[in-house]
Amino acid sequence: MNALTIESLEKIYQNGTIALKNVSLKVDDGDFFALLGPNGAGKSTLIGIISSLVTKTSGRVSIFDININESFGLARSMLGIVPQEVNFNQFETLDEILINQAGYYGIPRKEATEKSNYLLKKLKLWKQRKDISRTLSGGMKRRLMIARALIHDPKLLLLDEPTAGVDIEIRKTMWDFFKTLNSSGTTIILTTHYLEEAEHLCNRVGIIDGGSIIVDTSMTELLSKRNSESFILDCAEKYTDLPELGSASVLAIDDLRFEITVEKGTDLNGIFKELSKSGIDIKSMRNKGNRLETLFLDLTGSYE
Amino acid sequence: MSKNVLYTSWAKHSKLWFISFQTIVTKELNRFLRIWLQTLLPPAITMSLYFLIFGSVIGDRIGEMSGINYMSYIAPGIIMMAIITNTYGNVVSSFFGAKFQRHIEEILVSPTPNIIILAGYVTGGVCRGILVGLIVTAITLFFTPLKIYSLPISISVVVLTAVLFSLLGFINGIFAKKFDDIAIVPTFVLTPLTYLGGVFYSIDLLPPFWKELSLINPVLYMVNAFRFGFLGVSDIDLMQAFAVIVTFILLMIFLCLYFMKKSFGLRA
Repeated sequence: MNALTIESLEKIYQNGTIALKNVSLKVDDGDFFALLGPNGAGKSTLIGIISSLVTKTSGRVSIFDININESFGLARSMLGIVPQEVNFNQFETLDEILINQAGYYGIPRKEATEKSNYLLKKLKLWKQRKDISRTLSGGMKRRLMIARALIHDPKLLLLDEPTAGVDIEIRKTMWDFFKTLNSSGTTIILTTHYLEEAEHLCNRVGIIDGGSIIVDTSMTELLSKRNSESFILDCAEKYTDLPELGSASVLAIDDLRFEITVEKGTDLNGIFKELSKSGIDIKSMRNKGNRLETLFLDLTGSYE
Repeated sequence: MSKNVLYTSWAKHSKLWFISFQTIVTKELNRFLRIWLQTLLPPAITMSLYFLIFGSVIGDRIGEMSGINYMSYIAPGIIMMAIITNTYGNVVSSFFGAKFQRHIEEILVSPTPNIIILAGYVTGGVCRGILVGLIVTAITLFFTPLKIYSLPISISVVVLTAVLFSLLGFINGIFAKKFDDIAIVPTFVLTPLTYLGGVFYSIDLLPPFWKELSLINPVLYMVNAFRFGFLGVSDIDLMQAFAVIVTFILLMIFLCLYFMKKSFGLRA
């Protein structure tokens, strides 16, 4: 069964901006799906339409085969949303926010309190549960929105840049939490600008650009399309000339560092030998960029 | 579909609607009780000033209106004025505040249907209106003794008026885009209509043209119906007053639901 089915979706805003052009997409039950795209590509519009915060111009959206317009109550009860921007009541306490949210899904207060307590503990917000939400740090606010989205046990979770502005330690904790959630059966759709996050978490990827889906495939398949890799090499001493390195292209950065780009599967030992012969000793080496990031830039032309 | 399935589905829906409604109402009550210095105290002070100035200082020189002591004559109108401004103000500020802070999205993404959202906000407004009405009534007793001619009429007029102005506040909240937009209607529409709605005078005192013109002011019907509940006197036929209020309520419910269905001001 598909967790999400989008057919021929179009959105034209009142000012005439065409945000989505004939978008069709399927996300399988249990997937961890990355929805990527440059700024203004249509990601947030798409998330907005799925979550009923944006009206569509035409097309169909179904959540677990339930049309969101025909049976909105049932469809929405299966969906949890973590929006990009903070959208909770800044004057309420954390437990008020969670218990109220549960109420909108018809969960009785006693059950809502138990769920709220569980999620606040799970997301390390227990100590702050009686605090007014506006006093929380940025990371805590993000975690509160995750807890709120999970209060009714959704089968499909939309994460719209959930780790934006969050420090690396909390981000890693959140990644673990999302992975556990996904392995327990929750389908997750993630939009993010941190491409290593998408590569680390997701098994499928869709790339949207200019309002159209330009890639919809598995992460493994997409990454396998990358047929060259770039490395930054740090030299032990200053070099004067860089040698020819066969099929590898070489680009000087400064007199202590240079970049090489090689075909995937190229034997790097040969390159090191050539460099050594030319009197260049390599101290360290690292990937120039994340693999998905390079592909993303190639596909969307965002570097132009 | 079998009867059992239908019943289960109905039971499920009604449970969701009830809990959802209860949540919105509780949230609304908590909101205005938490900020009672802004929501409950100001009407008490303002209305005390009205009684002091229009009732004690000026009222003694006016004498009687429609055969009733002036202070007693204006008391129902002043109570009604407080109810009108507070129900309207409660819903418009709460709903616009939720839109402004974007936490209205919490409800909009949930399975809660539009009619329950509307009912929840309106009930919140009605509760504040009634509470303010009770506070102002208690203050009135310091200035003039109050006898109630008909309790059922008084209560029904208060509730219906509060419902109507909550609905109007909700419509204002839907369309408001900035804080100025929630102040324009109370300042330029609500206040003139209330002051010209027979709170301080009987329309029988007006020249024929102004008397006829006053009849198109819906607040006149509410003030007079409420005055009838307290004093047994009114410039307007009671049934006519109820018909006007109920008609406006039905029209506003229809408009609110229509605007929500069409997502005006709520969804992009």
